[in-house]
Amino acid sequence: MSFDTSFDPYASSRETTEGRVYSVTGGDWDELSTEIGATKEERVVVNMGPQHPSTHGVLRLILELEGETVTEARCGIGYLHTGIEKNTEYRTWTQGVTYVTRMDYLAPIFNETAYCMSVEKLLGITDQIPERAQVIRVMMMELNRISSHMVCFGTGGLELGALTPIFFAFRDRETVLDIFEEVSGLRMNMAYIRPGGVAQDVPADAVSRIREACRDMRKSFKDNETLLVGNSIWMKRTKDIGYLDLAGCMTLGVTGPILRAAGMPWDLRKSQPYSGYENYNFDVITTDTSDAYGRFLVRLGELEQSLRIIEQCCDFLDKLNGAPVMVADKKIAWPAQLSVSADGMGNSLSHIREIMGESMEALIHHFKIVTEGFRVPAGQAYAAVESPRGETGVHTVSDGGTRPYRVHFREPSFNNLQSTAAMCEGGMIADVISAVASIDPVMGGVDR
Amino acid sequence: MTQDEGMFGVNGSGDTSGFGGLVRTGASSGSSERPYGSYFDEIADDLERAYPEFNDAIEAVVVQNGELTLHVKREKLEAVARILRDNPKLQFEMCLGVSGVHYPDQVERELHAVYPLLSMSRNRRVRLEVSVPDSDPHIPSLVEVWAGNNWHERETFDMFGIIFDGHAGLTRILMPDDWAGHPQRKDYPLGGIPVEFHGATVPAPSERRSYR
Repeated sequence: MSFDTSFDPYASSRETTEGRVYSVTGGDWDELSTEIGATKEERVVVNMGPQHPSTHGVLRLILELEGETVTEARCGIGYLHTGIEKNTEYRTWTQGVTYVTRMDYLAPIFNETAYCMSVEKLLGITDQIPERAQVIRVMMMELNRISSHMVCFGTGGLELGALTPIFFAFRDRETVLDIFEEVSGLRMNMAYIRPGGVAQDVPADAVSRIREACRDMRKSFKDNETLLVGNSIWMKRTKDIGYLDLAGCMTLGVTGPILRAAGMPWDLRKSQPYSGYENYNFDVITTDTSDAYGRFLVRLGELEQSLRIIEQCCDFLDKLNGAPVMVADKKIAWPAQLSVSADGMGNSLSHIREIMGESMEALIHHFKIVTEGFRVPAGQAYAAVESPRGETGVHTVSDGGTRPYRVHFREPSFNNLQSTAAMCEGGMIADVISAVASIDPVMGGVDR
Repeated sequence: MTQDEGMFGVNGSGDTSGFGGLVRTGASSGSSERPYGSYFDEIADDLERAYPEFNDAIEAVVVQNGELTLHVKREKLEAVARILRDNPKLQFEMCLGVSGVHYPDQVERELHAVYPLLSMSRNRRVRLEVSVPDSDPHIPSLVEVWAGNNWHERETFDMFGIIFDGHAGLTRILMPDDWAGHPQRKDYPLGGIPVEFHGATVPAPSERRSYR
């Protein structure tokens, strides 16, 4: 592909089919305004991002303005494209977890679970996943939902000029990340959910600590609630802003809090339960305002529901104490009994003793399944979970080998970001920030 | 699907652990037999009633892993999609995007586009699959039917080179505009460089031995 070298994007002005175009990247505005002042028609195109602090990471918004009114809004994405889907094709099915957890980096557990569910579907072992593993998955997902919504409140508030919410939000997020560290050894990108179950059991004293954290969080969530709900400045910035009704959501494929804020009680946890969600009592939160404030209220309500689910998980975990957390089939299950120690997750000493000192067969088995991996029957599968941002769907194709043939993530951030134009065009430029913050896109998920 | 090759691994049984017993099943070729089970028969019947050209348009109906896949001829894709969306008995209001898959060994149908559909009204899912030859990678765009497919089709074009006819702005979306090639195709190398580690050289991921 050839590149037009006569085009200089940094030239101060150039002729195009649409007339003379002036580029402004700083410098002497007086000089420029005298030059532009001569032309009759003027349209201003502003590039907001990809390094703008209010665009949620590396999102580039290309806004056409008339005064302060946005007449056209487009998104430029791809600045964080890392080829994760391609990379998984060169690793084993289990190693794939380590890659996909890095897509939507605020919701790693959801990426892992959706991916593992699709692999388990291909293996035909969905029904064999131990109950305790399913409970741990649900608990980790709901904890993750809290930590993800907390970033949404925190950074969303920051982008609108509210500096306090982020302190409350990140304090609570820290509580959740500490639990993650205790359970998986890592605070983010844990690769904790594995095909067949989870990497290792939760530590013995973790359950009581999680209960305690739930009690604390239920109290501390009130800080942001009393600060923002009904706050006149917050309402002015979010009420009737970023409007997208049910019809718009449907045609644009928008799911998650945006859809629920349009009045549709659609939540995969209720409508198509997975990982045993049918065993938990919780409500689907909806509002009918279809605006940024409604989405805020939906997310706020979901925090309490997540706490309810986590507490039920703790009860289940007490009941299932000592039950397996990995599928019984030794040809799929990770051979090592992993454990978390001071330097993170690793092989347990008893397992090392067994393979290095006691059983040659165990060593061979360990070596084969770790380096070569297991084979997955040929075919394709689609598995979806309700992530904090909507439906995270994974389309997995196997050719019968030890590596995925194709892994495709249907990322809710990627899909929902399409609604930017529908939400922003015709509004004020300041409201673009509010609308994008209410979509809550994570660029790691958008660009993958 | 693909031919097994390379030095490592067991051919045939698919056993990787040494204990034996795991049976490897090949990809199903051709249609599944009725009854399909679950709500799949209803979907097939309703579509057949609403769309007289069903037998001509649907190349295969595959039920695998508890999922229904309709293999559609590309000429009929838009018509089938509209009926799936609008028919009051089907009501697939939402399309969850497009996923491309490249099968270089399937001659004259190398490129596949996979559309997962969702009906919220009926709480059902179905998958549409279209396959086209590499030499003529054209598939009609479904943006007119489900506007949300806009970016998904751009991504599939970007990654696989499938051209969605009728798409208003089919440009690259993740890769830079002047990028050459379509990275997710199987003939596009992963890249990477060998890395030296403790005196040993570890080759790039795509150059390492593969257990097939």
